[in-house]
Amino acid sequence: MFEAIAFYLFAFLTISMFYIAVTTTQALYALSALAAGMIFISAFFFILGADFLGAVQIVVYSGAVMALYAFGMMFFDTTREIKEKQGNKAIILGLSIISAILVVVIVGAPIIGNNITAAYPVTEGAGNVQEVGMVLFTKYLVPFEVAAVMLLVAMIAGIVLAGKKMDLSLTLMSEAEIMMMKEEDKKVHL
Amino acid sequence: MMEIGLNHYLVLTTILFAIGLVGVMRRKNLLMLFFATEILLNAVNISFAAISHYYGDLTGQMFAFFVIAIAASEVAVGLGLLIVWHKKHNNIDLDNMSTMRG
Repeated sequence: MFEAIAFYLFAFLTISMFYIAVTTTQALYALSALAAGMIFISAFFFILGADFLGAVQIVVYSGAVMALYAFGMMFFDTTREIKEKQGNKAIILGLSIISAILVVVIVGAPIIGNNITAAYPVTEGAGNVQEVGMVLFTKYLVPFEVAAVMLLVAMIAGIVLAGKKMDLSLTLMSEAEIMMMKEEDKKVHL
Repeated sequence: MMEIGLNHYLVLTTILFAIGLVGVMRRKNLLMLFFATEILLNAVNISFAAISHYYGDLTGQMFAFFVIAIAASEVAVGLGLLIVWHKKHNNIDLDNMSTMRG
């Protein structure tokens, strides 16, 4: 009963937040709606008993990813209204729904058809965090380390791509120096 | 109706995935396109967690963790590339990125 109420409430909230995120023309509205939707999604993980996943969802998505997007948006002109593609709306909607159903069938059909059993069954008497730790550091140790290396590579790539000219500080330079730098930039881009 | 089963979660996931796909198809601004891909990844995460719960298996949750790690690194690299593009061309519209058109 309680679970059903929570499910429908958070389903409604998540769908409406993500609907706002993909339809609004204001970039800041989209960012806030997306952050709210991420937090509502973590509620599903708590309902499903995946406590650790819910906490990770809040920390990684609402904390790290949203903060990164917020910093990224400072580089772009977000006050300008976003132009949309003028396509056939019915075709877009139909294609989206058909492909979404297709994906769910592709993932779901083998599970229902083969009558699978649990490969790593839930341990009795252990909390979700302990279970996750046991499986992650035994069966999935190599993918875990590979994911760590991938995050390191992504971090270095982000620093190298976005961190050009970070050694210059605009507040410590005089007006003439800044003007000269701008002139040089223009010459390079032309 | 009152008993929430796996099908409820799969229907919800389908709806969220469709919303994400609509976003991918109609957005022109690349930053908004990134938001739509985040919605896609989150929809799949919910279905992984739901299947993991209803089959008493932890593999689904493990996959959701790796999806979250991939999403985080995708955002880091993608935003870096986007900043470089914005510095060079002063916009992030998808239509201007057609230099490889044949």
